[in-house]
Amino acid sequence: MLSSWLNRWSRNWTTPGALRARGVVGMNRRNIGYISKYNDRRLYPLVDDKLQTKLLCQKYGLASPEMIGKVASQFEVERVVDMVRDHAGFVIKPAKGSGGKGILVIEHHDGEEYVKPSGARITRADMERHVSNILSGLYSLGGSPDVALVEGLISFDQAFAEFTYEGVPDIRVIVFKGYPVMAMMRLSTAASDGKANLHQGAVGVGLDIGSGWAVRGVQYDRPQFAHPDTGHDIFSLKVPQWDTLLELAAGCYEMTGLGYLGTDMVLDRRHGPMLLELNARPGLAIQMANGEGLRKRLELIERQPDGVPVAERVAFARKHFSRSKEDVANVGMAPIAD
Amino acid sequence: MSRFAFYLLVGLLMLIGVGLTAYRHISFDVPWVPGAQQKVWDIEAQVAFTATGGPVKASLALPENQKGYSVLTENTASSGFGLSYLDDLPGRRAEWSIREAAGSQLLYYTVTMLESDNATPAAIKRLPAPQEVSWERPYDTAAAQVIDQARERSADSFTFARELIKQFDNQRQGENARLLLTQFERPELMLRLLNEAGVSARLVSGLSLEDGRRRQTVSSWLQVFAETPQGNEAVDVDAADGEEINTDWVLINPETGKQGEPDNLLLWEGRGAPMLEVEGGVNSRVSFSMIRHNEPAAVAVRNKLANDELLNFSIHSLPLEEQALFKTILLIPIGALVVVLLRVLVGLKTSGTFMPVLIALAFIQTSLVTGLIGFLLIVATGLVIRSYLSRLNLLLVARVSVVIITVIAIISIFSVLAYRFGLNAGLTITFFPMIILSWTVERMSILWEEEGPKEVLKQGGGSLLTAVLAYLAMNNPWVRHLTFNFLGLQLVLMAFILLLGNYTGYRLLELRRFKPLTED
Repeated sequence: MLSSWLNRWSRNWTTPGALRARGVVGMNRRNIGYISKYNDRRLYPLVDDKLQTKLLCQKYGLASPEMIGKVASQFEVERVVDMVRDHAGFVIKPAKGSGGKGILVIEHHDGEEYVKPSGARITRADMERHVSNILSGLYSLGGSPDVALVEGLISFDQAFAEFTYEGVPDIRVIVFKGYPVMAMMRLSTAASDGKANLHQGAVGVGLDIGSGWAVRGVQYDRPQFAHPDTGHDIFSLKVPQWDTLLELAAGCYEMTGLGYLGTDMVLDRRHGPMLLELNARPGLAIQMANGEGLRKRLELIERQPDGVPVAERVAFARKHFSRSKEDVANVGMAPIAD
Repeated sequence: MSRFAFYLLVGLLMLIGVGLTAYRHISFDVPWVPGAQQKVWDIEAQVAFTATGGPVKASLALPENQKGYSVLTENTASSGFGLSYLDDLPGRRAEWSIREAAGSQLLYYTVTMLESDNATPAAIKRLPAPQEVSWERPYDTAAAQVIDQARERSADSFTFARELIKQFDNQRQGENARLLLTQFERPELMLRLLNEAGVSARLVSGLSLEDGRRRQTVSSWLQVFAETPQGNEAVDVDAADGEEINTDWVLINPETGKQGEPDNLLLWEGRGAPMLEVEGGVNSRVSFSMIRHNEPAAVAVRNKLANDELLNFSIHSLPLEEQALFKTILLIPIGALVVVLLRVLVGLKTSGTFMPVLIALAFIQTSLVTGLIGFLLIVATGLVIRSYLSRLNLLLVARVSVVIITVIAIISIFSVLAYRFGLNAGLTITFFPMIILSWTVERMSILWEEEGPKEVLKQGGGSLLTAVLAYLAMNNPWVRHLTFNFLGLQLVLMAFILLLGNYTGYRLLELRRFKPLTED
């Protein structure tokens, strides 16, 4: 009986030693060793408020979805219709929302009826009520009054069409002291209801920092080799314009001053990589998607000097965090240009 | 802050804490473990009345050595009043007096009683003679009939008293009994009837001792004497109960007719005299706070005497009512420690960081099973009602306020229902912190909408598990003894929590979460 119990234990549980050998960063270490050490609390509002992030992006010239307008008070709600008149598709989101809550995506409209990606139609009144809910703080942390942002619709790159169910696949890169250290793509599934949240059942795909190739896929923290809905082989996924994307991510360090940062990006068909939002407390699931701990990479970066330009930081990361030797050789000989 | 300064702070806290604790142990002989010592009760009587402006005389009955308890020390506090202890019959009394007083007055009397089996009761010098009782019509015939009936079914004074009370039992009341009860208070009626029948008896006042109770009042008991006061013969009444019966008198509960004195009953007034008499004042009342320690009797005395000493920094120098309060307050850090351990070392998710500690405090009042059932009932019902509220699109503050009212309504309904079904344990449901419960319902409801019922079960289960563990830690007699007697331990706790706040290792549940990372 004892042995069967031990067996079950060892199938589901590991030891601290094994995790340490793999360089896995746990919650406590992330909070003390990285977030509170490298992220100045004063700077949090820059990333917790998407409006501020957006204005910063414009100031620093980082690519982000086109801003159509913002609604800050209830009497402006009716202006939304005028704002979006000349835009085929658009997105309305709360500035202080979290976890993708309260985001309304409209693919096309005729001024009275608005069509969501799922094909569902809502009326102008429905849309205005949604904006009004955002303003009253329905989706913001602690229910505080909020601002609604209206952005242009991203037409995501067709390279990913077969890897997603309904939602837009986004790319999360952890940027530490300005160096991209680990990356993953989040694919929405039927189980996650079109949302890109890993704990709701989205598939996380680890991406090789050196090349942008998929290295591993997980769903509910367990390995996954094909997209559960489309059946497409996950290992055939490669993110195009990888170098541009890494430079966009790395540039967020200068922009915000936050040392330990999660950057969420999308690939637009026409405009290439675009910054969606930033996160000052990025989760640890990215380690599961990559099948590797963050610790060794973070410690290597901690030893690097400050003040290195973006392009050099990206090259450094591509060289040291690459999975395959050939890629290292490639990067080593000539910087990749897209 | 540098690492060095941090560890210096932790070390300093640890050192001071351990030092204070050791000092109290060595200098004041406060034991490390509860139970091995004798139990000592500190009881504080608070006399309150409104003086009418003239001279005031207030006289309070005082407890004497009796079976099970003996008096160790006594103190009084009363500003401006003269005080004298009267030792003549009937019984000991404290008498406060003042020439002129107006407005509300508070007088305090504190006694330390030692719980001991070999206390010698003060000898009863003479029996109270049955008093002449006069009855008006038609109560005289009713009384006579009740007495006759009881006499037929009894053999001596004790059985007579029990049979008499039985006739006033709520279920079996006859017409005579009901008539008599309309005119007299029950304890006083019993005394009158016993006296009418020629039985020696008197009404005494007893205080139920329970640790940490405040604002308690005394209850009336009938002390009934045997017909043959000279007899030292053992009266073998109610032997099955295992209650040792004094040879010449017994205590009988005037409400139930049950004979024999409960274990924790202290006879505050044992001479048939009134508890409190106030001349020159109105609205007088006396209430009691009490607290129990486990320490050698000598220590209790010395603690009292050493009150002024600065280093004897202990809660024991506070008034009893505050001490009783602190007994609970000093447990909260233990609950906080449990929360820190479970979150930092285990990685358990709870809804609201310290909500489980408050729930655990409520469990201490309600007992665990009742508390768990009550908590689940309130939160489950609250969630159902809250799910309707979410359709109304209310602003947050208004919504939570509605939830608060709902929670209060649920608690009221459950209390009434529990009372109707005779479940008195259900009444303790009112000990739950209602505002906290409302926020719990609100948070769980949002969680349900955003993450689904699975996450609600996970966080709700985590909160309940934390609450139960915190309850078990806080309700442990050893922990209660240590936290209350050694204030220095609070500093040690603080140092320990500071260290935990610095822990960067893995959480227990991460060993499961990250397991797939170690297999390839």
